[in-house]
Amino acid sequence: MARAALSGRLSWQFGRVVELVEETARTKSLVLETPARQGHRAGQHVDVRLTAPDGYQAQRSYSIASGPEDEHLVLTVERLVDGEVSPYLVDELRPGDELELRGPIGGYFVWEAALVGPVLMVAGGSGVVPFRAMLRHGAALGSDVPMRLLYSSRALSDVIYGEELMRLAEREPVEVHLTLTREWPDDWAGPRGRIDGPLLDQVAWPPPQRPLIYICGPSGFVEAASQTLVQRGHDPSRIRTERFGPSGQ
Amino acid sequence: MSPVSRGFLGRRRPVEDPSRVPPGQYVTHDFPVLSAGPTPHTPLEEWSFTISGEVAEPVSWTWEEFLGLAAESPTVDIHCVTKWSKLDTSWKGVSVDALLGNVESEAAWLTAWSDGGYTTNLAVEDVTGGKAWVAYEYGGEPLEPEHGGPARLLVPHLYFWKSAKWVRGLTLTRDDEPGFWENYGYNNHGDPWLEQRYQGD
Amino acid sequence: MEELDGNAIAGQLVEVFGRDMTRAHGACAHCGTESQLAELVVYPGGPGTVVRCRACGNVAFVFVTVRQTTCIDVAGFALDVIS
Repeated sequence: MARAALSGRLSWQFGRVVELVEETARTKSLVLETPARQGHRAGQHVDVRLTAPDGYQAQRSYSIASGPEDEHLVLTVERLVDGEVSPYLVDELRPGDELELRGPIGGYFVWEAALVGPVLMVAGGSGVVPFRAMLRHGAALGSDVPMRLLYSSRALSDVIYGEELMRLAEREPVEVHLTLTREWPDDWAGPRGRIDGPLLDQVAWPPPQRPLIYICGPSGFVEAASQTLVQRGHDPSRIRTERFGPSGQ
Repeated sequence: MSPVSRGFLGRRRPVEDPSRVPPGQYVTHDFPVLSAGPTPHTPLEEWSFTISGEVAEPVSWTWEEFLGLAAESPTVDIHCVTKWSKLDTSWKGVSVDALLGNVESEAAWLTAWSDGGYTTNLAVEDVTGGKAWVAYEYGGEPLEPEHGGPARLLVPHLYFWKSAKWVRGLTLTRDDEPGFWENYGYNNHGDPWLEQRYQGD
Repeated sequence: MEELDGNAIAGQLVEVFGRDMTRAHGACAHCGTESQLAELVVYPGGPGTVVRCRACGNVAFVFVTVRQTTCIDVAGFALDVIS
């Protein structure tokens, strides 16, 4: 049996909370100042570790919401009903507090302008977070890579970064499509209901154009979207997924 | 050593009755779902429960036969090695005493095995004398697949990884053979009151 | 417990291997399917973290943290390069 036992090599560092931004009733962005502001790649995440007075620790991963060019590192956190870490981050954390962080981490769910596009981003709920980093990165570079975001949200009041996404979509190569699954205004002209085959056909580039596809959201959402895209003829090797669950290391 | 995160306590609350909660555990009111793999969905007509290994004659029950065995309804406290404890959980199932009463064996150990490939090792004396069941109801309802249904082992006096979900059989063994987590460094016995988490504890 | 992708354990992988491993390739020891570590299925939150092949469900590797030391058993997955 091959076993490797090694002590930790990626060090934890501190981020100081500069500002907390309420995005929705359940979601806040944590604006952090980190000492050695190493650049991150759009789509990466960081691990956050909390320590109780008796030494008990809890650790979770959060996608980075800021672009690589932004001054501060931003995490956007949704409060989960039975969560242990997210209620603390959303309700308890104050400016000036320090958070223990590890990262940025991950080389898979990452977008860089050098990758051959076009780019389709499929988000379920707070799965939109890493896509803000990618869209901001594209905007900062003035990239002409076509990018389409298909964002599924329960209701308009749950939409994170709504105004900013509309602004980002003013750029020529960017489109943002929002579908509402539970509640919509009477005059809502956009798509209603969960992301399905017909909606993906409408928004995605056809498979022969080989879009690079990123899907981020809860496990069930990602599974359904990726299976539908593969059934529609998209190459699985062009699809990158990031599932998140209520818990995790 | 990490500094304390101001105001962070975790999900834990002060333990009201320390006589019921082993050291280092906190009491939870929900029922966390922990799995080492996908949830199997074995159709009941294909389900069976088998006792084999170091026995004179292996014995096996179909689902219908299993439901026909004399059942007990224990209410017990359970303790997970990930530090949650849940008090007063009510189950219905067949005692392991009753099941092992159908085979002749001198073996002192057994391996519980499950759909999906999970295994865990136990001493026969830890699952006899009214200490263990194969449970198929929880809280008066059929045991849900995410919690181990159609049937799981229930050994409440040991850490809950010993209470194998989706259990399909017991293999009696001459020696104590490490199961899935035990093979990766978890304790062969797993007594929460002695905090037997890892090998050597 | 919901299933996650291999990128969810990027931090643990860095802890063990000293660098990002999510793009590292390897083959399932059971069915031979090749994948990047980020494409494997992760079951977190139990006594350890179990990582399985997305094609056949075989255990690719297991992380267990015993007394502050993280051990990884990679018996079920042939990594192309361990440097």
